[in-house]
Amino acid sequence: MGYMAALKVWRGDAGSGALTDYKVEVNEGEVVLDVLHRLQATQAGDLALRWNCKAGKCGSCSMEINGRPRLGCMTRMSTFDPADTLTITPMRTFPVIRDLVTDVSFNYAKARSIPSFTPDPSIKPGEFRMQQEDVNRSQEFRKCIECYLCQNTCHVIRDHAENEAPFAGPRFLMRVAELEMHPCDEADRRDIAQDDFGLGYCNITKCCTEVCPEHIKITDNALIPLKERVAGHKYDPLVWLGSKISRRPAKAGTPAVPGKR
Amino acid sequence: MSSTEIERHSYDVVVIGAGGSGLRAAIEARARGKKTAIISKSLFGKAHTVMAEGGAAAAMGNVNPNDNWQVHFRDTMRGGKFLNNPRMAELHAKEAPDRVWELEAWGALFDRTKDGKISQRNFGGHEYPRLAHVGDRTGLEMIRTLQQRVVALQQADSAELGDPEAMIRVFAETTITRLVKDGTGAPRIAGAFGYFRDTGRFVLFEAPTVVLATGGIGRTFKVTSNSWEYSGDGHALALLAGADLINMEFVQFHPTGMVWPPSVRGILVTESVRGDGGVLRNSEGNRFMFDYVPDVFRAQYAETEEEADRWYTDPDHNRRPPELLPRDEVARSINSEIKAGRGSPHGGVFLDIASRRPAEEILRRLPSMYHQFIELADVDITKQPMEIGPTCHYVMGGVEVDPDTAATDVPGLFAAGEVSGGMHGSNRLGGNSLSDLLVFGKRAGEGAAEYVDSLSGPRPAASAASVDAAVAEALAPLERAEGENPYTVHGELQQTMNDLVGLIRRETEVKQALTELEKFRERAARVSVPGGRAYNPGWHVALDLRNMLLVAECVAQAALERQESRGGHTREDYPAMSAEWRKVNLVCALTGDTVSLTRKPLPAMRLDLLALFETAELKKYMTEEELAGIAPPSAPSADAVSEEGH
Ligand SMILES: Cc1cc2nc3c(=O)[nH]c(=O)nc-3n(C[C@H](O)[C@H](O)[C@H](O)COP(=O)(O)OP(=O)(O)OC[C@H]3O[C@@H](n4cnc5c(N)ncnc54)[C@H](O)[C@@H]3O)c2cc1C
Ligand code: SF4
Ligand code: SF4
Ligand code: FES
Repeated sequence: MGYMAALKVWRGDAGSGALTDYKVEVNEGEVVLDVLHRLQATQAGDLALRWNCKAGKCGSCSMEINGRPRLGCMTRMSTFDPADTLTITPMRTFPVIRDLVTDVSFNYAKARSIPSFTPDPSIKPGEFRMQQEDVNRSQEFRKCIECYLCQNTCHVIRDHAENEAPFAGPRFLMRVAELEMHPCDEADRRDIAQDDFGLGYCNITKCCTEVCPEHIKITDNALIPLKERVAGHKYDPLVWLGSKISRRPAKAGTPAVPGKR
Repeated sequence: MSSTEIERHSYDVVVIGAGGSGLRAAIEARARGKKTAIISKSLFGKAHTVMAEGGAAAAMGNVNPNDNWQVHFRDTMRGGKFLNNPRMAELHAKEAPDRVWELEAWGALFDRTKDGKISQRNFGGHEYPRLAHVGDRTGLEMIRTLQQRVVALQQADSAELGDPEAMIRVFAETTITRLVKDGTGAPRIAGAFGYFRDTGRFVLFEAPTVVLATGGIGRTFKVTSNSWEYSGDGHALALLAGADLINMEFVQFHPTGMVWPPSVRGILVTESVRGDGGVLRNSEGNRFMFDYVPDVFRAQYAETEEEADRWYTDPDHNRRPPELLPRDEVARSINSEIKAGRGSPHGGVFLDIASRRPAEEILRRLPSMYHQFIELADVDITKQPMEIGPTCHYVMGGVEVDPDTAATDVPGLFAAGEVSGGMHGSNRLGGNSLSDLLVFGKRAGEGAAEYVDSLSGPRPAASAASVDAAVAEALAPLERAEGENPYTVHGELQQTMNDLVGLIRRETEVKQALTELEKFRERAARVSVPGGRAYNPGWHVALDLRNMLLVAECVAQAALERQESRGGHTREDYPAMSAEWRKVNLVCALTGDTVSLTRKPLPAMRLDLLALFETAELKKYMTEEELAGIAPPSAPSADAVSEEGH
């Protein structure tokens, strides 16, 4: 095949920027990232973009393609009509550094605010015993490649910078759920999920799930179950006595949120 | 901001690299009370380790209780064709289980066995199921666990010291371009110089120790499974600082990279496909690997398809399928089939799991391979065979280090992970890298911490002249008003290395490559880039060229010198393995601006380790003379027995 695609690529920095028109060659089987690389190598040597693996494994090449949050390396050119112009912009929720590269430090700050894995200190390395069925849930969440497309999409923060402080976003609420469901974790993060990470802001619209390139069922498998646990814990502890959560030893406490004054 | 303004930071230990080895080293240095910086070209959590699929090899014996460190050691030496540094292979085999178990205590969730232990899978060259794994995304699990461990340490520091970055700090998207040394007295490491990618500002890390954990060199080749980060930076930084590289002729071409569509050529297809039952077929439908079992491996591999197929369920009474030979053997065999005209439509061969395993098992065990093929190649691997061919994957060669401490010959400089050399000899077994990262990452962190403790008197200080030179070098491509496009030079360099110093090598071609490299060096010195210093990938490529050219020169020189075929080095004009050459390590160093090559004897294997092999096997690798020096193998020595089970 091989044709010339019309591209509008956002070029600029924190100060200012604009969509810039380019014509770039496209060959059989290529993805958007290939075309951007060709643009970079032949016409725009200083075009800033991130990538690493080119196989959907590292979560570096997040961008918005025709307004849809996507991985550049997993978006085939064949899914677009060759006659149409492709518009490529940086993720909207995060501040632009340059061109398609954004400042994603918000996410690293949130990652650092969640109390870490807390195993029973008496279990020595090599002595952990867990059944596959008990780790399946958390394993699903650990497929996350930290592309932050869900964070970029969630309406709670997409156009509401003021919510960035009280809300951790789907990726990190999912991290809380992952630790809660880890069969060997002993901390209880239910109160802080609500009070510090803003679980209540989520109104289960599932937009995060829709954009997840790893097809993780963020809302159904992480956020809703976490909400149920929090609700049960906060308002109706008896309901939870016989359920999974009560298998946690009574001594488990709620850890302090790191860095919180 | 003036163009030469430099931000300064002071640390005890500076780790360059945030992959498995770098993070493990940093965690260790921090655990030993050292103020530690982690530097990485990409974002935190994106290093190459994230891409590893199959697993981490560790003789835990969870699936087959016959496994132990001695068996793992033997497999590793065989895989490397006995060119490995035996002490490294020994430490690796002994310590890998503890390093994997430690990850579990830090929150890693590996796939489980029925009795709740870490599950282990089969892989090429490993006698027993040995790879701890999580589906086919083990590297992601490993890097995330180590990343989260760093975060946990920062949280502890925040609670105790009021600042999460008091003791360990990550400088992401920061590239080191030079190591700097002490201006006075003995030349010791004094720090590392580089730039922040986002702003282009310069930064100097002042530190008495630097741990190189920068990974590999695959970006020097056209068809590769490696990312842009693999421009051989650590290899080049070490050379420029006066350290030696060994084994640079040994480059691993993984047998199974994608071949179609062209844009994904080279992307890895994990060996787990074969470990889990996938087989290789040519255009005639034959499982051709049965025709390529070399003499040294004949005893361990099945001769019929029936025996090979029985092995998956009854490994104790059957021999392994030849698809699971070490990677160099499989890659060469595929190459021969394609050359003989029995290849697939797009120039590879077929890898078939669809006809061998039920769809739901494929989806469960190889989810990301399924995803990769359906999304990128429109191939449903539960229904159709894949087309695959060799791809440049890993460099066995690297910085020469002391096995126990990971120290180089330059005081204060350490190296671990793919950037170091010796551990894997002439060929690395699958799964032995992830475990290598953990074992030697920890040892490097330890070695660096001990070195810091041993220092007395004032700390080494970077000479002003070396810092000025680093600044000038970094600014040069931006200051040239006119010159060639660095992307063009890079692209042509990759093609040259692929064509002339690739999987199969010939004297005339390697010589031609060396001539071409000379021209590339001249071109690289004249490249110019548009734009400024803020996040400018053109500038970054221009600076990486120096490193790729140095590494390419080492690979080509060593490939020309070694007149035999072994592991990741195949000479069409010297097809046999030579016992004389086994005794030789080729060492690359920098004299002035030029790479020089010298020979050095391979470190000898201790008698108790030699005793782990039958004499008949050693005969296949060693000279008469060497064998005469070895007492007839007796029972394993007391030492070996007493350490069993560690
Ligand atoms: C697709 C694929 C699959 C693989 N699967 C397996 C497997 O199943 N099992 C296995 O054992 N091995 C596997 N490997 C090999 C293994 O993943 C790598 O060898 C290993 O991850 C390398 O780790 P590392 O710590 O040495 O470096 P990396 O993880 O590559 O990290 C290098 C780090 O150094 C940084 N860096 C480099 N240069 C500079 C510089 N100049 N300045 C600052 N920072 C710098 C980078 O940014 C990065 O953070 C696979 C490799 C690939 C490519
Ligand atoms: S489901 Fe919740 S977290 Fe996900 S996008 Fe909607 S509001 Fe945000
Ligand atoms: S949950 Fe999915 S969308 Fe969100 S960061 Fe992880 S991989 Fe990306
Ligand atoms: S480059 Fe890694 S996910 Fe796209």
